[in-house]
Amino acid sequence: MKLRNVSKEELYRCSYGCAGCASVLAVRLTLKVLGRNSVFVVPANCISTVSCYYPQAPFFVPMTVMAFAATGAALCGISAGFKRRGREDIHVVGFSGDGGTADIGIQSLSGAIDSGYKFIYICYDNEAYMNTGIQRSGLTPYGATTSTTPSPCFENRPKKDMMRIVAAHDIPYAATACTSYPLDYMQKVEKASKVNGPTYIHVLAPCPTGWGFPPERTIEIGRMAVESGMWQLMEFEGGEFRITHTPRRRRPVAEYFEAQARFRHLRLEEIEAIQREIDASR
Amino acid sequence: MPGKAPVKKYITANEAVAHAARLARVEVIAAYPITPQTSIVEKLASFIASGEMDADFIKVESEHSALTACMGARMAGVRAFTSTSSQGLEYMHEMLAYSSGGRYPLVMANVCRSVALPWSIWGDQQDAIQQRDTGWIQLFTETAQEALDMVLQAYRIAEDHRILLPVMICLDGFIQSHTEELVEIPDQESVDAFLPPYDPVVTLDVDDPHSISVGGFGKHYAAWRKEQQEAAERAKEVIVEVGDEFARIFGRHYGGLIEAYRIEGAQAVLLTMGALVGTAREVVDEMRAEGKAVGLIKVRAFRPFPAEELRQALSQVKAAAVLDRDCSYGYEGALATDLKAALYGLANPPAVLGFIGGLGGADVPPERMRYMLERALSVKKGAPSSAEFIDL
Repeated sequence: MKLRNVSKEELYRCSYGCAGCASVLAVRLTLKVLGRNSVFVVPANCISTVSCYYPQAPFFVPMTVMAFAATGAALCGISAGFKRRGREDIHVVGFSGDGGTADIGIQSLSGAIDSGYKFIYICYDNEAYMNTGIQRSGLTPYGATTSTTPSPCFENRPKKDMMRIVAAHDIPYAATACTSYPLDYMQKVEKASKVNGPTYIHVLAPCPTGWGFPPERTIEIGRMAVESGMWQLMEFEGGEFRITHTPRRRRPVAEYFEAQARFRHLRLEEIEAIQREIDASR
Repeated sequence: MPGKAPVKKYITANEAVAHAARLARVEVIAAYPITPQTSIVEKLASFIASGEMDADFIKVESEHSALTACMGARMAGVRAFTSTSSQGLEYMHEMLAYSSGGRYPLVMANVCRSVALPWSIWGDQQDAIQQRDTGWIQLFTETAQEALDMVLQAYRIAEDHRILLPVMICLDGFIQSHTEELVEIPDQESVDAFLPPYDPVVTLDVDDPHSISVGGFGKHYAAWRKEQQEAAERAKEVIVEVGDEFARIFGRHYGGLIEAYRIEGAQAVLLTMGALVGTAREVVDEMRAEGKAVGLIKVRAFRPFPAEELRQALSQVKAAAVLDRDCSYGYEGALATDLKAALYGLANPPAVLGFIGGLGGADVPPERMRYMLERALSVKKGAPSSAEFIDL
């Protein structure tokens, strides 16, 4: 895939997303790869909230709103139905947030991967329950404040490792991505679309409203997440993990933290401890 | 009757329900094990394994997912089936309301069982009754044959474009689910003549994209809910219509929303739902033979509620004894409450005596039914009633 070949067609437009919303960007990029031959399942999350109130209809492909905990099961049912109708060519896509994936929807996701049906489950991760007002989720990183982990009681547990969780299901294909690396993301979506089985893509989607940075810095913040090592771009395929992008220069995590309101309360020694942990994991 | 002669077999109601799903040409099954439902989906799995049925069996990890997967199959334009009981039905609760509000024509068999705590795997109807307000059409059956026949009818009712609501066929745990009866299994040709292929109104169609099952503010939300209520009310006619057509093809008729049994000139009438109707029939026969003016009403449709039919049937009756296998704690049995509401405003309404029994699989022997009818015969017109637990 080359950037100049990316479709100019916008199959998702006119949402009520916040300025600088990377989750909206993730939907657009996904549809640029998959095109009109795809259907979307969107559970309770920011995207359904900013897209799915009648008579608004920003999706130009078929989509359904789904109950919070039910994305994986809906993907199975739809995929089974299309299989019965000889339409396995249609991409069945789940578009769920971090809470909908790692918390309330994790059981259904586990069952869905286990079922073996063909679908692409995309977790767009803005690291908290944003549409209900920035409450912590299982994917809120250690050290972040949210409306349910206010300073000084910041989130005291690490982000759940969804990649290892889905890999433990022996999933045929899984990947992490970030909206600040669109080509890398789109290549992974394309790869997933060619797998005849369950696939999972976890895309980090910086949230200006919830993370506390100006909307024009969304792309920059995503890059900082990857350059600092707070987020890694990788694939899981054939039972192996593989890093798909290694930053040319390593950025101190302090710079990433300083750029966002949610980490401002962290003391120097706490930041240094996080930095040491990142360095040790490399 | 078209087609070859139907097969008669001694089978349980669970097996009968599995035959119905097979004959309905269900293409997607998603189910999770729970007693006393499990033998339905085991049988369906064996039909698929032996090639008697061509369907996908989705191995889900919970009932919540089972119902969701069935909804997903419907979104893809394919007929689906699931069944459950008790805790499983409760675990589905969110998706019950979700699917009815989304107007998905799902069909599910619920093998009625008590709910925990206290733990009990045995039968009563608390599970189904607790889902009363989720927007599902709830039809109760008495026999294995009726369970089979009603699953077939349920697909016609649910998928009717005037209705588009999910239908729950209730059968009583163990009394029906695990008891063999002689059942006539219809032939495929006759079922095909009765039940045409699924004709969905809207699907996830890439050539005609729609956002479906979306949200609505204020007036839109209210307008859709009013449409849902109108469809549920309309279902009263469609249930009767489908039952009549079924009778024309298969020769079995169950009486529409209610079946009134020997209520001509009755002073006291017993009302109940499900398998206990069988015992009640015998008790009414015995008491009639003794010259006592008693009758029976089998309530087949719990939602939509047959208020008008009950008003008419009970307009000349002195007292109605209601046997509920459920309790709305802090009030009374649900059927008793709904009956009283239906009778409100009637010039000369019967007294309503509420009884709660058959809980947690407790046997309700004929003498208990006789007791309820005797109480109703001796009650003073309009006398207040309460929820009396008859198992103790």
